[in-house]
Amino acid sequence: MSFISRGFRGKRRDTASSSRLPPGQYVVNDFPVLSAGPTPRIPVAEWSFVIEGEIDKPRSWTWDEFRKLPTEQVTKDIHCVTKWSKFDTGWTGVSVDTLMEGVDTAAEFVIEFSYGGYTTNLPLDDVTGGKAWVAFEFDGQPLHPEHGGPARMLVPHLYFWKSAKWIRGLRLVNEDHPGFWETNGYHNYGDPWREQRYWGD
Amino acid sequence: MARTAVLGRLIWQFGTVAELVQETPKVASLILDVPGWTGHLAGQHVDVRLTADDGYQAQRSYSIASPPEDSRLAITVERLDDGEVSPYLVGEVRTGDKVELRGPIGGYFVWRGDDERPVLLVAGGSGVVPLMAMIRHRAANHLKTPTRLLYSSRSYEDIIYRAELDRLASAGDGLTVAHTLTRMQPAGWTGYARRLDSAMLAEVAWPKAQAPIVYVCGPTPMVENAASLLVEMGFDPASVKTERFGATGG
Repeated sequence: MSFISRGFRGKRRDTASSSRLPPGQYVVNDFPVLSAGPTPRIPVAEWSFVIEGEIDKPRSWTWDEFRKLPTEQVTKDIHCVTKWSKFDTGWTGVSVDTLMEGVDTAAEFVIEFSYGGYTTNLPLDDVTGGKAWVAFEFDGQPLHPEHGGPARMLVPHLYFWKSAKWIRGLRLVNEDHPGFWETNGYHNYGDPWREQRYWGD
Repeated sequence: MARTAVLGRLIWQFGTVAELVQETPKVASLILDVPGWTGHLAGQHVDVRLTADDGYQAQRSYSIASPPEDSRLAITVERLDDGEVSPYLVGEVRTGDKVELRGPIGGYFVWRGDDERPVLLVAGGSGVVPLMAMIRHRAANHLKTPTRLLYSSRSYEDIIYRAELDRLASAGDGLTVAHTLTRMQPAGWTGYARRLDSAMLAEVAWPKAQAPIVYVCGPTPMVENAASLLVEMGFDPASVKTERFGATGG
């Protein structure tokens, strides 16, 4: 290491937690909030979730229909591009595999789109195969609007901006279309273990 | 959404501390010489990386306080007593030290000054920093864009950039500054003396018919509150840009 910040010691972690921590991240115990605008308030009576785009017939669920789908409880580490990571977060949600069951599509990419206008893009393979959920509970409690309630995406293997809050649906697309942060300087894919924070990383 | 100034790969660069300005008891500005700095927009931030002698590293993000016009790059940092990086930047760093950084980062919470719309800036604590870059950018270009800052601090001593804000607001070029002090007020204080609320916003904010662009930056509860109130008042949510500072870990 050529450069040393004179007088800097830092707060070291034990080895067990450091092996769970992607490069450049630090551990928090609270749950910071990050959003680019005001928090939308969506009554569940007006909420629906759709899968559209490259699909023969769009699928949609009202809140009641969505809540009748089989759910999963998952415990995941999450990593925000602003450097905080939070270990062992508990979620209840519907697997995207459940929502996509029987869907035949040639699409290779997906756009998560939200109430309030937020979008984020990723390869379809990153939301299928047990990697992504539409989550509606955090730590056993209904998801607070600040954290994306009534429901948000949970794609914990990517930086957390890829887990859209206030999710309204998934659009299946043949070509990749950079979303909100992806057009504002942030990496198109966002793998925390490869520290893909910004364009060119 | 238009592409912005952040184009190439963001490489780690060295900044040399040319000057330290103690802004308040807990807040200092680091004025850095960064050779090869390619410029930034008002509202953007940088990542700072510290390296200990055994190679251990820590990174945090800090808003840029200087306008794009300045030859030096300024960041303003609030010392969080249980933080990891901020107690080093506010307390340990001396002039002549080198700090590793990369940026500029963020293409959304920015103000270019090429917009006719009036501007409402709402700041809580050190959330004023990116908004100050906008105010300085406005002043450096002699822009007359009608601009109002509503700035919430704990006490008079905690007001960051107080003298400079007083000076800029007295220029009579369309900038007004309203302070609220939430915990303690000096004798004879004539500003607001409570947490930000709808009556305060209604007095300070532009009428929604003027379609202002709004930037809100501060701790999460304050930002959530201000942004929600503005939406309730009828402001277009798409014109309200927010940036939140977690009080965590910095």
